[in-house]
Amino acid sequence: MQSQHTVRSYDDELKFLAHKIAEMGGHAERMVEQSVTAIVNADKALAQRVISDDLILDACEREIDDRAIAIIAKRQPMAVDLREIIGSIRISADLERVGDLGKNIAKRVAAISETRQSLNVYRGLQTLAELALTQLKDVLDAFATRSIEQINIVRDRDDEIDAMYTSLFRELLTYMMEDPRNISACTHLLFCAKNIERIGDHATNIAETVYYIVTGQQMPPDRPKEDLSHGIVVDEARQA
Amino acid sequence: MNLMTERSLEKAVGDKMNAVASTNKMKGDKVSVFYGAKQALFDVDLDIPEKMVTALIGPSGCGKSTFLRSLNRMNDTIEGCRVTGQITLDGEDIYDPKIDVVELRARVGMVFQKPNPFPKSIYENVAYGPRIHGLAKSRHELDEIVESSLRRASLFEEVKDRLHDAGTGLSGGQQQRLCIARAIAVSPEVILMDEPCSALDPIATAKVEELIDELRQNYTIVIVTHSMQQAARVSQKTAMFHLGNLVEVGETEMMFTTPKEKRTQDYITGRFG
Repeated sequence: MQSQHTVRSYDDELKFLAHKIAEMGGHAERMVEQSVTAIVNADKALAQRVISDDLILDACEREIDDRAIAIIAKRQPMAVDLREIIGSIRISADLERVGDLGKNIAKRVAAISETRQSLNVYRGLQTLAELALTQLKDVLDAFATRSIEQINIVRDRDDEIDAMYTSLFRELLTYMMEDPRNISACTHLLFCAKNIERIGDHATNIAETVYYIVTGQQMPPDRPKEDLSHGIVVDEARQA
Repeated sequence: MNLMTERSLEKAVGDKMNAVASTNKMKGDKVSVFYGAKQALFDVDLDIPEKMVTALIGPSGCGKSTFLRSLNRMNDTIEGCRVTGQITLDGEDIYDPKIDVVELRARVGMVFQKPNPFPKSIYENVAYGPRIHGLAKSRHELDEIVESSLRRASLFEEVKDRLHDAGTGLSGGQQQRLCIARAIAVSPEVILMDEPCSALDPIATAKVEELIDELRQNYTIVIVTHSMQQAARVSQKTAMFHLGNLVEVGETEMMFTTPKEKRTQDYITGRFG
Protein backbone atom coordinates (compact mmCIF):
# COMPACT_ATOMS: atom_id res chain seq x y z
CA MET A 1 0.00 0.00 0.00
CA GLN A 2 0.97 3.63 -0.42
CA SER A 3 2.65 5.45 2.42
CA GLN A 4 0.81 8.38 3.95
CA HIS A 5 0.66 11.91 2.67
CA THR A 6 2.41 14.60 4.64
CA VAL A 7 -0.98 16.30 4.91
CA ARG A 8 -3.09 13.70 6.66
CA SER A 9 -6.48 15.15 5.78
CA TYR A 10 -5.59 14.40 2.13
CA ASP A 11 -5.45 10.68 3.01
CA ASP A 12 -8.80 10.98 4.75
CA GLU A 13 -10.34 12.52 1.64
CA LEU A 14 -9.02 9.74 -0.58
CA LYS A 15 -10.17 7.12 1.91
CA PHE A 16 -13.63 8.65 1.87
CA LEU A 17 -13.83 8.10 -1.90
CA ALA A 18 -12.67 4.50 -1.59
CA HIS A 19 -15.17 3.77 1.17
CA LYS A 20 -17.98 5.36 -0.77
CA ILE A 21 -17.14 3.22 -3.81
CA ALA A 22 -17.17 0.09 -1.65
CA GLU A 23 -20.53 1.17 -0.24
CA MET A 24 -21.94 1.80 -3.72
CA GLY A 25 -20.60 -1.56 -4.89
CA GLY A 26 -22.30 -3.44 -2.06
CA HIS A 27 -25.50 -1.56 -2.68
CA ALA A 28 -25.49 -2.22 -6.44
CA GLU A 29 -24.78 -5.93 -5.91
CA ARG A 30 -27.68 -6.19 -3.51
CA MET A 31 -30.05 -4.43 -5.90
CA VAL A 32 -29.24 -6.82 -8.75
CA GLU A 33 -29.45 -9.86 -6.52
CA GLN A 34 -32.81 -8.81 -5.12
CA SER A 35 -34.23 -7.90 -8.51
CA VAL A 36 -33.49 -11.40 -9.82
CA THR A 37 -34.93 -12.96 -6.64
CA ALA A 38 -38.02 -10.83 -7.14
CA ILE A 39 -38.43 -12.25 -10.64
CA VAL A 40 -37.92 -15.84 -9.58
CA ASN A 41 -40.34 -15.54 -6.65
CA ALA A 42 -42.72 -13.13 -8.39
CA ASP A 43 -42.21 -10.86 -5.38
CA LYS A 44 -43.60 -7.45 -6.31
CA ALA A 45 -42.94 -5.87 -2.92
CA LEU A 46 -39.25 -6.73 -3.14
CA ALA A 47 -39.16 -5.34 -6.67
CA GLN A 48 -40.64 -2.09 -5.39
CA ARG A 49 -37.92 -1.86 -2.74
CA VAL A 50 -35.21 -2.32 -5.35
CA ILE A 51 -36.73 0.45 -7.46
CA SER A 52 -36.76 2.94 -4.59
CA ASP A 53 -33.25 1.90 -3.49
CA ASP A 54 -31.84 3.26 -6.73
CA LEU A 55 -32.14 6.79 -5.35
CA ILE A 56 -29.48 6.02 -2.75
CA LEU A 57 -27.04 4.93 -5.43
CA ASP A 58 -27.69 8.07 -7.47
CA ALA A 59 -27.00 10.22 -4.41
CA CYS A 60 -23.74 8.35 -3.75
CA GLU A 61 -22.55 8.98 -7.30
CA ARG A 62 -23.25 12.70 -7.00
CA GLU A 63 -21.45 12.85 -3.68
CA ILE A 64 -18.37 11.12 -5.12
CA ASP A 65 -18.35 13.55 -8.05
CA ASP A 66 -18.56 16.56 -5.75
CA ARG A 67 -15.88 15.33 -3.39
CA ALA A 68 -13.56 14.33 -6.22
CA ILE A 69 -13.84 17.74 -7.85
CA ALA A 70 -13.19 19.41 -4.50
CA ILE A 71 -10.04 17.31 -3.95
CA ILE A 72 -8.72 18.13 -7.42
CA ALA A 73 -9.31 21.84 -6.85
CA LYS A 74 -7.78 21.80 -3.39
CA ARG A 75 -4.82 19.41 -3.70
CA GLN A 76 -3.80 19.45 -7.36
CA PRO A 77 -3.21 15.71 -7.20
CA MET A 78 -0.40 14.08 -9.19
CA ALA A 79 0.35 10.61 -10.55
CA VAL A 80 -1.33 7.76 -8.66
CA ASP A 81 -3.50 10.11 -6.57
CA LEU A 82 -4.88 11.78 -9.67
CA ARG A 83 -5.57 8.41 -11.28
CA GLU A 84 -7.32 7.23 -8.15
CA ILE A 85 -9.60 10.26 -8.06
CA ILE A 86 -10.46 10.10 -11.76
CA GLY A 87 -10.87 6.33 -11.38
CA SER A 88 -13.33 6.83 -8.53
CA ILE A 89 -15.45 9.09 -10.70
CA ARG A 90 -15.50 6.50 -13.47
CA ILE A 91 -16.17 3.52 -11.19
CA SER A 92 -19.02 5.31 -9.44
CA ALA A 93 -20.58 6.04 -12.83
CA ASP A 94 -20.34 2.35 -13.73
CA LEU A 95 -21.86 1.32 -10.41
CA GLU A 96 -24.66 3.82 -10.81
CA ARG A 97 -25.44 2.20 -14.17
CA VAL A 98 -25.39 -1.25 -12.57
CA GLY A 99 -27.98 0.05 -10.09
CA ASP A 100 -30.10 1.36 -12.98
CA LEU A 101 -29.96 -2.05 -14.64
CA GLY A 102 -31.07 -3.68 -11.38
CA LYS A 103 -33.94 -1.22 -11.16
CA ASN A 104 -34.85 -1.98 -14.75
CA ILE A 105 -35.06 -5.69 -14.00
CA ALA A 106 -37.18 -5.01 -10.93
CA LYS A 107 -39.62 -2.92 -13.00
CA ARG A 108 -40.39 -5.94 -15.18
CA VAL A 109 -41.35 -8.18 -12.27
CA ALA A 110 -45.04 -7.29 -12.52
CA ALA A 111 -45.26 -8.10 -16.23
CA ILE A 112 -43.25 -11.29 -15.95
CA SER A 113 -45.30 -12.54 -13.01
CA GLU A 114 -48.40 -12.70 -15.22
CA THR A 115 -47.36 -16.13 -16.46
CA ARG A 116 -44.98 -18.76 -15.10
CA GLN A 117 -42.12 -19.92 -17.26
CA SER A 118 -40.14 -23.13 -17.18
CA LEU A 119 -37.80 -23.44 -14.20
CA ASN A 120 -34.94 -23.64 -16.67
CA VAL A 121 -35.40 -20.03 -17.63
CA TYR A 122 -35.27 -18.80 -14.06
CA ARG A 123 -32.29 -21.01 -13.34
CA GLY A 124 -30.53 -19.62 -16.40
CA LEU A 125 -31.24 -16.07 -15.31
CA GLN A 126 -30.00 -16.79 -11.81
CA THR A 127 -26.78 -18.36 -13.07
CA LEU A 128 -26.21 -15.41 -15.35
CA ALA A 129 -26.75 -13.02 -12.44
CA GLU A 130 -24.42 -15.03 -10.22
CA LEU A 131 -21.70 -14.85 -12.85
CA ALA A 132 -22.12 -11.12 -13.29
CA LEU A 133 -22.22 -10.46 -9.56
CA THR A 134 -19.12 -12.57 -8.88
CA GLN A 135 -17.48 -10.54 -11.56
CA LEU A 136 -18.55 -7.29 -9.92
CA LYS A 137 -17.47 -8.46 -6.49
CA ASP A 138 -14.03 -9.47 -7.78
CA VAL A 139 -13.33 -6.14 -9.48
CA LEU A 140 -14.44 -4.26 -6.37
CA ASP A 141 -12.07 -6.41 -4.30
CA ALA A 142 -9.33 -5.63 -6.80
CA PHE A 143 -10.10 -1.93 -6.34
CA ALA A 144 -10.08 -2.20 -2.55
CA THR A 145 -6.73 -4.01 -2.46
CA ARG A 146 -5.22 -2.31 -5.52
CA SER A 147 -4.17 -5.70 -6.86
CA ILE A 148 -4.30 -6.44 -10.55
CA GLU A 149 -3.30 -10.11 -10.50
CA GLN A 150 -6.93 -11.22 -10.84
CA ILE A 151 -7.93 -8.64 -13.40
CA ASN A 152 -7.37 -10.78 -16.47
CA ILE A 153 -9.53 -13.55 -15.04
CA VAL A 154 -12.33 -11.02 -14.85
CA ARG A 155 -12.03 -10.36 -18.54
CA ASP A 156 -12.03 -14.08 -19.35
CA ARG A 157 -15.14 -14.58 -17.28
CA ASP A 158 -16.93 -11.85 -19.18
CA ASP A 159 -16.74 -14.20 -22.15
CA GLU A 160 -18.54 -16.82 -20.07
CA ILE A 161 -21.29 -14.32 -19.33
CA ASP A 162 -21.63 -13.51 -23.00
CA ALA A 163 -21.86 -17.22 -23.90
CA MET A 164 -24.41 -17.84 -21.15
CA TYR A 165 -26.47 -14.90 -22.34
CA THR A 166 -26.41 -16.13 -25.92
CA SER A 167 -27.68 -19.55 -24.88
CA LEU A 168 -30.42 -18.02 -22.71
CA PHE A 169 -31.44 -15.91 -25.69
CA ARG A 170 -31.86 -19.05 -27.80
CA GLU A 171 -33.83 -20.75 -25.09
CA LEU A 172 -36.26 -17.88 -24.64
CA LEU A 173 -36.75 -17.68 -28.38
CA THR A 174 -37.66 -21.36 -28.41
CA TYR A 175 -40.26 -20.90 -25.67
CA MET A 176 -41.82 -18.04 -27.58
CA MET A 177 -42.11 -20.18 -30.69
CA GLU A 178 -43.61 -23.05 -28.74
CA ASP A 179 -46.42 -20.95 -27.29
CA PRO A 180 -47.17 -17.39 -28.33
CA ARG A 181 -48.72 -16.74 -24.89
CA ASN A 182 -45.15 -16.80 -23.58
CA ILE A 183 -44.10 -13.94 -25.80
CA SER A 184 -44.73 -11.01 -23.49
CA ALA A 185 -43.10 -12.57 -20.41
CA CYS A 186 -40.21 -13.99 -22.41
CA THR A 187 -39.57 -10.65 -24.08
CA HIS A 188 -39.32 -9.05 -20.65
CA LEU A 189 -37.05 -11.86 -19.50
CA LEU A 190 -34.92 -11.27 -22.56
CA PHE A 191 -34.46 -7.67 -21.51
CA CYS A 192 -33.60 -8.81 -17.99
CA ALA A 193 -30.96 -11.16 -19.35
CA LYS A 194 -29.56 -8.37 -21.51
CA ASN A 195 -29.43 -6.09 -18.48
CA ILE A 196 -27.48 -8.67 -16.52
CA GLU A 197 -25.12 -9.17 -19.42
CA ARG A 198 -24.55 -5.39 -19.39
CA ILE A 199 -23.61 -5.61 -15.72
CA GLY A 200 -20.76 -7.89 -16.75
CA ASP A 201 -19.62 -5.21 -19.21
CA HIS A 202 -19.62 -2.59 -16.46
CA ALA A 203 -17.58 -4.94 -14.28
CA THR A 204 -15.08 -5.20 -17.14
CA ASN A 205 -14.98 -1.39 -17.37
CA ILE A 206 -14.23 -1.21 -13.66
CA ALA A 207 -11.48 -3.83 -14.09
CA GLU A 208 -9.89 -1.63 -16.74
CA THR A 209 -10.14 1.42 -14.51
CA VAL A 210 -8.51 -0.42 -11.61
CA TYR A 211 -5.72 -1.57 -13.92
CA TYR A 212 -5.18 2.06 -14.96
CA ILE A 213 -5.19 3.33 -11.38
CA VAL A 214 -2.59 0.77 -10.30
CA THR A 215 -0.26 0.78 -13.30
CA GLY A 216 -0.80 4.14 -14.98
CA GLN A 217 -1.11 2.23 -18.26
CA GLN A 218 -4.24 1.43 -20.25
CA MET A 219 -5.11 -2.24 -20.11
CA PRO A 220 -3.77 -3.87 -23.28
CA PRO A 221 -6.56 -4.33 -25.83
CA ASP A 222 -8.15 -7.73 -25.73
CA ARG A 223 -9.47 -10.01 -28.44
CA PRO A 224 -12.87 -8.80 -29.66
CA LYS A 225 -15.53 -9.83 -27.19
CA GLU A 226 -19.27 -9.66 -27.42
CA ASP A 227 -22.32 -11.75 -27.07
CA LEU A 228 -23.41 -13.42 -30.28
CA SER A 229 -27.14 -12.97 -29.84
CA HIS A 230 -27.30 -10.25 -32.48
CA GLY A 231 -26.81 -12.93 -35.14
CA ILE A 232 -29.45 -15.36 -33.91
CA VAL A 233 -32.54 -15.85 -36.03
CA VAL A 234 -35.57 -17.97 -35.36
CA ASP A 235 -34.52 -20.90 -37.58
CA GLU A 236 -31.29 -21.25 -35.74
CA ALA A 237 -33.07 -21.20 -32.40
CA ARG A 238 -35.32 -24.02 -33.54
CA GLN A 239 -32.32 -26.16 -34.36
CA ALA A 240 -30.76 -25.52 -30.98
CA MET B 1 -12.18 26.72 -26.45
CA ASN B 2 -11.79 24.79 -29.67
CA LEU B 3 -9.01 27.04 -30.78
CA MET B 4 -7.18 26.50 -27.53
CA THR B 5 -7.49 22.76 -27.75
CA GLU B 6 -6.20 22.80 -31.28
CA ARG B 7 -3.34 25.04 -30.31
CA SER B 8 -2.32 22.89 -27.39
CA LEU B 9 -2.66 19.81 -29.56
CA GLU B 10 -0.37 21.31 -32.17
CA LYS B 11 2.03 22.21 -29.41
CA ALA B 12 1.95 18.73 -27.96
CA VAL B 13 2.73 17.27 -31.37
CA GLY B 14 5.47 19.86 -31.81
CA ASP B 15 6.93 18.96 -28.43
CA LYS B 16 7.05 15.30 -29.34
CA MET B 17 8.87 16.12 -32.57
CA ASN B 18 11.24 18.41 -30.73
CA ALA B 19 11.99 15.67 -28.27
CA VAL B 20 13.10 13.48 -31.13
CA ALA B 21 14.98 16.13 -33.08
CA SER B 22 16.58 17.96 -30.19
CA THR B 23 20.29 17.75 -29.53
CA ASN B 24 21.89 18.27 -26.17
CA LYS B 25 23.04 21.83 -25.57
CA MET B 26 24.79 20.99 -22.33
CA LYS B 27 25.97 17.69 -20.91
CA GLY B 28 26.77 16.85 -17.31
CA ASP B 29 28.98 13.82 -16.88
CA LYS B 30 29.60 12.40 -13.38
CA VAL B 31 29.22 15.85 -11.84
CA SER B 32 30.06 15.96 -8.13
CA VAL B 33 30.10 19.16 -6.09
CA PHE B 34 31.75 19.59 -2.69
CA TYR B 35 31.32 22.46 -0.28
CA GLY B 36 34.50 22.05 1.74
CA ALA B 37 34.44 18.47 3.04
CA LYS B 38 30.72 18.08 2.48
CA GLN B 39 29.63 16.50 -0.79
CA ALA B 40 26.45 18.09 -2.11
CA LEU B 41 26.14 16.33 -5.45
CA PHE B 42 27.06 12.73 -6.33
CA ASP B 43 28.07 11.70 -9.87
CA VAL B 44 25.18 13.33 -11.68
CA ASP B 45 24.81 12.50 -15.38
CA LEU B 46 22.29 14.89 -16.85
CA ASP B 47 21.92 16.29 -20.36
CA ILE B 48 20.18 19.56 -21.15
CA PRO B 49 18.35 19.38 -24.49
CA GLU B 50 18.54 22.39 -26.76
CA LYS B 51 15.55 24.77 -27.04
CA MET B 52 13.57 22.94 -24.44
CA VAL B 53 12.72 23.61 -20.83
CA THR B 54 14.33 21.22 -18.37
CA ALA B 55 12.91 21.32 -14.85
CA LEU B 56 14.93 20.28 -11.81
CA ILE B 57 12.76 19.21 -8.89
CA GLY B 58 13.31 17.72 -5.45
CA PRO B 59 13.04 18.63 -1.78
CA SER B 60 15.16 21.40 -0.25
CA GLY B 61 18.82 20.49 0.02
CA CYS B 62 18.58 17.83 -2.70
CA GLY B 63 21.27 19.45 -4.85
CA LYS B 64 19.11 20.80 -7.67
CA SER B 65 20.20 24.42 -7.19
CA THR B 66 23.79 23.27 -6.77
CA PHE B 67 23.60 21.51 -10.12
CA LEU B 68 21.97 24.55 -11.73
CA ARG B 69 24.67 26.87 -10.41
CA SER B 70 27.43 24.60 -11.63
CA LEU B 71 26.10 25.03 -15.19
CA ASN B 72 27.47 28.57 -15.40
CA ARG B 73 30.08 28.25 -12.68
CA MET B 74 28.20 30.38 -10.18
CA ASN B 75 29.59 27.99 -7.59
CA ASP B 76 33.06 29.44 -8.25
CA THR B 77 32.04 32.41 -6.14
CA ILE B 78 31.49 30.19 -3.10
CA GLU B 79 34.52 29.70 -0.87
CA GLY B 80 35.68 26.07 -0.68
CA CYS B 81 33.42 24.85 -3.47
CA ARG B 82 34.88 22.18 -5.72
CA VAL B 83 33.35 20.61 -8.83
CA THR B 84 34.51 17.29 -10.30
CA GLY B 85 33.34 15.47 -13.39
CA GLN B 86 32.65 17.27 -16.62
CA ILE B 87 30.10 19.80 -17.83
CA THR B 88 30.15 20.76 -21.49
CA LEU B 89 28.44 23.53 -23.45
CA ASP B 90 28.27 22.66 -27.15
CA GLY B 91 30.87 20.00 -26.45
CA GLU B 92 33.27 22.41 -24.77
CA ASP B 93 34.35 21.76 -21.17
CA ILE B 94 33.18 24.81 -19.20
CA TYR B 95 35.59 24.08 -16.34
CA ASP B 96 38.57 24.16 -18.72
CA PRO B 97 41.09 26.74 -17.36
CA LYS B 98 41.09 28.43 -20.80
CA ILE B 99 37.40 29.29 -20.53
CA ASP B 100 36.63 32.96 -19.86
CA VAL B 101 34.06 32.79 -17.04
CA VAL B 102 32.58 36.21 -17.84
CA GLU B 103 31.96 35.12 -21.41
CA LEU B 104 30.55 31.79 -20.21
CA ARG B 105 28.03 33.58 -18.00
CA ALA B 106 27.00 35.75 -20.94
CA ARG B 107 26.26 32.57 -22.88
CA VAL B 108 24.61 30.89 -19.87
CA GLY B 109 22.55 33.58 -18.16
CA MET B 110 20.78 33.33 -14.86
CA VAL B 111 17.56 34.57 -13.25
CA PHE B 112 17.29 34.33 -9.49
CA GLN B 113 14.58 33.55 -6.99
CA LYS B 114 14.16 37.13 -5.79
CA PRO B 115 13.99 39.76 -8.50
CA ASN B 116 17.25 41.67 -8.12
CA PRO B 117 17.30 44.64 -10.49
CA PHE B 118 20.27 46.99 -10.20
CA PRO B 119 19.43 50.24 -8.36
CA LYS B 120 19.37 52.01 -11.71
CA SER B 121 16.80 52.91 -14.33
CA ILE B 122 14.84 50.26 -16.23
CA TYR B 123 16.81 51.19 -19.34
CA GLU B 124 20.19 50.92 -17.60
CA ASN B 125 19.30 47.55 -16.09
CA VAL B 126 18.91 46.08 -19.55
CA ALA B 127 21.66 48.14 -21.24
CA TYR B 128 24.32 47.26 -18.66
CA GLY B 129 25.18 43.79 -20.01
CA PRO B 130 25.33 44.64 -23.73
CA ARG B 131 27.45 47.67 -22.87
CA ILE B 132 30.13 45.86 -20.85
CA HIS B 133 30.22 43.05 -23.41
CA GLY B 134 30.50 45.62 -26.20
CA LEU B 135 27.47 44.25 -28.05
CA ALA B 136 26.25 47.64 -29.29
CA LYS B 137 28.24 49.90 -31.59
CA SER B 138 26.06 52.96 -31.16
CA ARG B 139 23.52 54.50 -28.83
CA HIS B 140 20.88 53.67 -31.41
CA GLU B 141 21.85 50.02 -31.46
CA LEU B 142 21.79 49.89 -27.68
CA ASP B 143 18.29 51.40 -27.69
CA GLU B 144 17.23 48.66 -30.05
CA ILE B 145 18.69 45.91 -27.86
CA VAL B 146 16.95 47.35 -24.80
CA GLU B 147 13.62 47.57 -26.58
CA SER B 148 13.76 44.12 -28.12
CA SER B 149 14.88 42.53 -24.84
CA LEU B 150 12.04 44.20 -22.97
CA ARG B 151 9.64 43.10 -25.69
CA ARG B 152 10.81 39.51 -25.54
CA ALA B 153 10.38 39.62 -21.77
CA SER B 154 6.78 40.87 -22.38
CA LEU B 155 7.51 43.99 -20.36
CA PHE B 156 7.99 46.73 -22.96
CA GLU B 157 4.36 47.77 -23.29
CA GLU B 158 4.09 48.21 -19.53
CA VAL B 159 7.23 50.34 -19.12
CA LYS B 160 7.80 52.09 -22.45
CA ASP B 161 6.79 55.48 -21.05
CA ARG B 162 9.04 55.31 -18.02
CA LEU B 163 12.23 53.65 -19.21
CA HIS B 164 14.29 56.04 -17.14
CA ASP B 165 12.45 55.44 -13.88
CA ALA B 166 14.12 53.23 -11.28
CA GLY B 167 13.87 49.48 -11.96
CA THR B 168 13.31 48.89 -8.28
CA GLY B 169 10.07 50.90 -8.48
CA LEU B 170 8.36 48.18 -10.55
CA SER B 171 6.09 45.53 -9.07
CA GLY B 172 7.63 42.19 -8.10
CA GLY B 173 6.41 40.44 -11.25
CA GLN B 174 7.61 43.30 -13.45
CA GLN B 175 10.99 43.29 -11.69
CA GLN B 176 11.36 39.57 -12.40
CA ARG B 177 10.54 40.12 -16.07
CA LEU B 178 13.05 42.99 -16.05
CA CYS B 179 15.67 40.55 -14.75
CA ILE B 180 14.74 38.15 -17.54
CA ALA B 181 15.06 41.02 -20.06
CA ARG B 182 18.46 41.79 -18.55
CA ALA B 183 19.50 38.15 -18.97
CA ILE B 184 18.25 38.07 -22.57
CA ALA B 185 19.96 41.35 -23.51
CA VAL B 186 23.39 39.74 -23.81
CA SER B 187 22.00 37.12 -26.23
CA PRO B 188 22.59 34.06 -24.08
CA GLU B 189 22.14 30.55 -25.40
CA VAL B 190 21.05 29.03 -22.12
CA ILE B 191 18.98 30.67 -19.36
CA LEU B 192 19.12 29.23 -15.87
CA MET B 193 16.20 30.07 -13.59
CA ASP B 194 16.37 29.42 -9.87
CA GLU B 195 12.78 29.40 -8.59
CA PRO B 196 11.92 32.44 -10.69
CA CYS B 197 8.31 32.62 -9.49
CA SER B 198 8.54 31.82 -5.81
CA ALA B 199 8.31 35.50 -4.85
CA LEU B 200 5.52 36.30 -7.30
CA ASP B 201 1.74 36.28 -7.10
CA PRO B 202 -0.27 33.88 -9.32
CA ILE B 203 -0.86 36.45 -12.07
CA ALA B 204 2.78 37.46 -12.27
CA THR B 205 3.67 33.76 -12.14
CA ALA B 206 1.37 33.06 -15.07
CA LYS B 207 3.03 35.86 -17.06
CA VAL B 208 6.49 34.50 -16.37
CA GLU B 209 5.36 30.98 -17.30
CA GLU B 210 3.88 32.27 -20.55
CA LEU B 211 7.17 34.03 -21.15
CA ILE B 212 9.17 30.84 -20.51
CA ASP B 213 7.01 29.09 -23.06
CA GLU B 214 7.82 31.76 -25.67
CA LEU B 215 11.50 31.93 -24.79
CA ARG B 216 12.07 28.27 -25.43
CA GLN B 217 11.64 28.90 -29.15
CA ASN B 218 15.05 30.56 -29.05
CA TYR B 219 16.73 29.58 -25.82
CA THR B 220 17.59 26.50 -23.84
CA ILE B 221 16.09 26.86 -20.38
CA VAL B 222 16.81 25.08 -17.11
CA ILE B 223 14.47 25.86 -14.26
CA VAL B 224 14.58 24.91 -10.59
CA THR B 225 11.14 24.99 -9.03
CA HIS B 226 9.42 23.85 -5.88
CA SER B 227 6.05 23.98 -7.57
CA MET B 228 5.32 20.59 -9.06
CA GLN B 229 2.48 22.03 -11.09
CA GLN B 230 4.80 24.64 -12.51
CA ALA B 231 7.36 22.03 -13.52
CA ALA B 232 4.56 20.02 -15.13
CA ARG B 233 3.28 23.09 -16.97
CA VAL B 234 6.43 24.68 -18.31
CA SER B 235 8.95 21.90 -18.89
CA GLN B 236 9.39 19.14 -21.43
CA LYS B 237 12.03 17.26 -19.47
CA THR B 238 12.11 16.79 -15.71
CA ALA B 239 14.92 15.64 -13.45
CA MET B 240 14.23 14.60 -9.86
CA PHE B 241 16.99 15.04 -7.26
CA HIS B 242 17.19 13.68 -3.73
CA LEU B 243 20.05 13.87 -1.22
CA GLY B 244 22.50 14.95 -3.89
CA ASN B 245 21.62 12.15 -6.28
CA LEU B 246 19.77 12.27 -9.56
CA VAL B 247 16.87 9.91 -8.83
CA GLU B 248 15.07 9.89 -12.15
CA VAL B 249 14.95 11.86 -15.36
CA GLY B 250 12.46 11.65 -18.18
CA GLU B 251 9.81 13.33 -20.29
CA THR B 252 7.83 15.66 -18.06
CA GLU B 253 4.48 14.09 -18.85
CA MET B 254 5.73 10.67 -17.83
CA MET B 255 7.41 12.00 -14.70
CA PHE B 256 4.20 13.51 -13.37
CA THR B 257 1.82 10.73 -14.37
CA THR B 258 3.74 7.48 -14.15
CA PRO B 259 7.14 7.99 -12.55
CA LYS B 260 9.21 4.84 -12.30
CA GLU B 261 10.95 5.55 -9.00
CA LYS B 262 9.13 5.37 -5.71
CA ARG B 263 11.00 8.43 -4.42
CA THR B 264 9.74 10.50 -7.36
CA GLN B 265 6.22 9.23 -6.85
CA ASP B 266 6.34 10.02 -3.13
CA TYR B 267 7.72 13.49 -3.74
CA ILE B 268 5.30 14.61 -6.44
CA THR B 269 2.26 13.25 -4.62
CA GLY B 270 3.24 14.87 -1.33
CA ARG B 271 4.18 11.73 0.59
CA PHE B 272 7.77 12.51 1.43
CA GLY B 273 9.56 11.52 4.64
